[in-house]
Amino acid sequence: MTVFIIRRLMQAALVVLIMSFLVFSGVFLVGDPTEILVADDADQAERAAVIESLGLDKPFHIQYLRFLTKAAEGDLGESFVFNEPALQLILDRLPATMELAIAALLISIVFGIPLGVIAGLKPDAVYSKFIMTGSILGFSLPTFWVGIMLILLFSVQLGWLPSTGRGDEIHYVFGFPTSLLTLDGWSHVLLPAVNLALFKLSAVTRLARAGTREVVHQDYVKFARAKGLTDQRVIFVHVLKNILIPVVTVLGLEFGGLVAFSVVTETIFAWPGIGKLLIDSIGLLDRPVIVAYLMIIVLLFVFLNLMVDICYSLLDPRVRLQDIKA
Amino acid sequence: MSFIRRLGVTAVAMAALAGPAMAEDITIGIRSEPSSMDPYFHNLGPNNAMIGHVFARLVDFDSNQQLFPSIAESYKAIDDTTWEFKLRQGVKFHDGTDLTVDDVIYSFERADGYTGGNSSFRIYTKGKTLTKIDDHTLHISTEKPYPLMPNDLTTVMIMSSEAKGTGAPDTNKGIEASDFNDGTATMGSGPYKFVEWKKGDRIVLEKYEDYVGPLSQPWDKVTFRFIPSEPARVAALLAGDVDMIDNVPTSDIATLQKNKDVSLSDGVSNRVIYLHLDQWRDNSPFVTDKDGNPLDKNPLKDARVRKAISMMINRPAIVERVMEGVALPAGQLLPDGFFGRSPNLKPEKYDVAGAKKLLAEAGYPDGFGLTIHGPNDRYINDAKIAEAIGQLLSAAGIPTKVVTMPKNVYFSRASKGADGKPEFSFVLVGWGSGTGEASSPLKSLLATHDPDKGWGASNRGRHTDPKVDALIGEALATVDDAKRGQLLAEATDIAIGENQGIIPLHYQVNTWATRAGLTYNSRTDERTLAYDLKPAN
Repeated sequence: MTVFIIRRLMQAALVVLIMSFLVFSGVFLVGDPTEILVADDADQAERAAVIESLGLDKPFHIQYLRFLTKAAEGDLGESFVFNEPALQLILDRLPATMELAIAALLISIVFGIPLGVIAGLKPDAVYSKFIMTGSILGFSLPTFWVGIMLILLFSVQLGWLPSTGRGDEIHYVFGFPTSLLTLDGWSHVLLPAVNLALFKLSAVTRLARAGTREVVHQDYVKFARAKGLTDQRVIFVHVLKNILIPVVTVLGLEFGGLVAFSVVTETIFAWPGIGKLLIDSIGLLDRPVIVAYLMIIVLLFVFLNLMVDICYSLLDPRVRLQDIKA
Repeated sequence: MSFIRRLGVTAVAMAALAGPAMAEDITIGIRSEPSSMDPYFHNLGPNNAMIGHVFARLVDFDSNQQLFPSIAESYKAIDDTTWEFKLRQGVKFHDGTDLTVDDVIYSFERADGYTGGNSSFRIYTKGKTLTKIDDHTLHISTEKPYPLMPNDLTTVMIMSSEAKGTGAPDTNKGIEASDFNDGTATMGSGPYKFVEWKKGDRIVLEKYEDYVGPLSQPWDKVTFRFIPSEPARVAALLAGDVDMIDNVPTSDIATLQKNKDVSLSDGVSNRVIYLHLDQWRDNSPFVTDKDGNPLDKNPLKDARVRKAISMMINRPAIVERVMEGVALPAGQLLPDGFFGRSPNLKPEKYDVAGAKKLLAEAGYPDGFGLTIHGPNDRYINDAKIAEAIGQLLSAAGIPTKVVTMPKNVYFSRASKGADGKPEFSFVLVGWGSGTGEASSPLKSLLATHDPDKGWGASNRGRHTDPKVDALIGEALATVDDAKRGQLLAEATDIAIGENQGIIPLHYQVNTWATRAGLTYNSRTDERTLAYDLKPAN
C-alpha cells in the first residue's frame, strides 16, 4: 500500500508539471493582460513600464523557466492584478469554497440516499416516480438559472434568506475559518449550497435507487427477510451498507468537482471563494492565479482519488490496493 | 420586507434615544472590486472611487466632473508655469496627525516613483516640481505653461508620510500594496476610515469624526459588497440585503421603474462608445470586396467613405432598441456640459441615400465587404451594438461580418496584434475622459500615434493630421480657459467633423438603483461613492 501511495504521488507531480505548462502557454497565447489592466489614458511609456514590471517583455521560455525555478521554491508568483502572492490569495479564499462544497455534499447525502432508497424499494409508487422526475430536473436545469430562481423565491418574494454573500462572523475550528457556527452563517450558505448540490443530489438519488433495486433481490436480503428480521433492520443494515460503495466512490470524485466547479454558483451568490477568484482572474488574464489555482485543483483531485481508493478498500474487504503493472 | 423591519426598529430606537443622532449604516452592492487599497498601485475606476473615501485629494471632481478644492482650500496660477495651492487648516489624518505640505510632497514622490503596479499616476505627476513654501502653502511648477494642473491633481490622493515607519529609501517608500489592504498603511484624511477588506466579499468603512473638508458624511458605517452577477445584484437590492446598487442592467430598468420600493437615478457618463477605422494601411486585412477577396486599396482611408459609414448608422434606433433608451446619441468625444466640446458637431443623421451617394463619389458605388470587431463583456450591451451596426451597414450596401470576443482577448489584439500593430480594420471601443475635458481623448484617440511623445496611445485607427496635432499641442500650453476650450473645440471639429477620425455612436448612461427613501447623485465619472448617496428629504 505504501508503494501504491508513493507511486500515485509521483504521478501527481508529473501531471501538475504538464498541466502548468499547458495552462501557462495557453494564457500566454491568449494575449497581453496589460491592455485591460492599464488605465485608458496611460501613454505608451507607461504601458511599456507595466509590461516590464510584470516580466511580460521576456520571451515565453524565459518566463516559463523563471516560473518553474520560483515554483520549485514554493513561490507561484504574484498576482498581476492584486500584487499579492497568488498562492496566498487562493488559500485565503479556499475555506469559503470548502465550506460551501461540504454543505452541498451534506445536502446531497442527507437527502439523496434516503430518497434513492425509498424510490428503489417501491419503484412503482407514485412518490417514487415523483422523486425520479425530480432527479431528471435536477440533472438538466442549468445551475445559473436555478440559482437566480432560488434568490427570487426565497430572498426577494419570501424574504426568508439573504440573497448573496457569506455570513459575517467567522470562527476558527482547528485553525480553519468557518462561518457555519452561527445561524446567520447557515442562512447565507443554504441557498448556494442547495444550488450547488442539486446536480449531485440527483446523481446520488439515482445511484442509491439503482443500488437498492439490485440489492433487494440478492439472496442475503431474501435470507434476512426469511429469518424474520424487521424491515428497518433489513434496510438500514443489509441494504444500505451494500449500496454505499458506488455512492462513496462517486461522491469522493464529485467532491473535487464541487470545489473546482463551484464557479457558477459562487458568481451568482457573490460567494467569496476560489471559483469567483478564478473567473475574475480569467477575465483579467491574471496568469499566476490561474496557474496556481489549477495546480491546487489537480492536487486536490489526486488526493481525493487516493482517499476514495482507500475508503473503498475499507468498505469492501474484497478490494486490495495495488497498481496495475504497466 | 427587511427594509420595513429596519424602519420600524429605527423608529423605536429613535423614540428611546430621543436626541442624539442615530447610527446610520448603509450597504452598497457594487459590480467591481478594487484591485488594491494602495492609492498609487493601479489607476483604475473602481480603485479611485473606493480609495477616494479614505484618502482625500487636493482638488476633486463633483458629480459633473467640475473641479472643487478639497484638501486645498484655494488654488491659482501665480504665473505661467507656477500654481499656488493653499491647504485647508486643521486637516488631520485618521491617526490624528496633521496634514501638511510635507505629506503632499511625500505622496507625489511615492506616486511618481511607484514601481510595480498596473498603471501608475506618473502621467499626472511627471514634469511637476513641488516646492514647500510653508506648512500650508505649496507651489507646483512646470517647465512649460500647464493649464491642466488642477485636473491632474484630482487624481493623486494624499497619504500620510508617517503611515508606516518613516519610509525606506526605495521608490515605494518601503510600503507594499498589501500594507494598504490590511489597513496598516491605509491612513488618509478622507471622510471615511478603512475598517476591513474581506477579499471577494466586502470592504467596510467607518465615518471619520474629525474630518475637515467639503465632502459630506451622511453615513456612520458603509459596507461595500461585491456582487458581479447582474441579476444577483438587482435581487440583492429587491431582497433588501443592500441599500443601493450600481450598474443596473438596462434590461431591468423598465421593471424597476414600476417598483415603488426602488428609486433609480441615472446620468450621462463621460464615456463615449465609438468606432475606429483603419486609416493607415493600404491593404487592410478585414476590408474586402463583396465576395470576400482582398482589395487592392483600402477604402477606409477616404474620409468620404468613413462619413458614409457614419451616415448608415441609425443612432436613435440603437439607443432605443439596443440600449433600451438608456444612452444618448453622440456626435463627438464628450456629452453636453464638458469642457472643450465643439458647438458645431451634432450626432450624424441617419441617411442611407446620402451615404450611398458619398460612396459612389468616393469610387465605391457597389460598396465593399467589412468586418467589425468588438468586445462582448466590456461596455453596456457591447456585443449587441456591434451586431446592430453589422445589420445596418449590410442593409445599406456594405456587407459586414460581426466578430465579438471577451475583452481579455479583444483589447490586446485590437491594440497590437502579432506584429505589434492594431490587428483589426473596424473596431468598436469606448473611452471615458478621466480628466473631464476634451484634451485627454483627443490626445489618446486622435493625435498621431507617437510613442516618444506619449500621444495616440489608443489611436487604433492611426488617424493622423498635423493640424489636429498642432491644435492639441497649442491647447495643452494655453492657460487661458476660454482660449483653450476654443482650441480643443477646433481640433475636435477637424478630427471628427472633417476627417471622421472616429465615428462616435453614443454616450453611455449609467444607472444606480436605491431603495425608496434614498437618492444617489449620479456621476459622470461612473464612480459609486457613499457620500453622494443621501436620504431623500
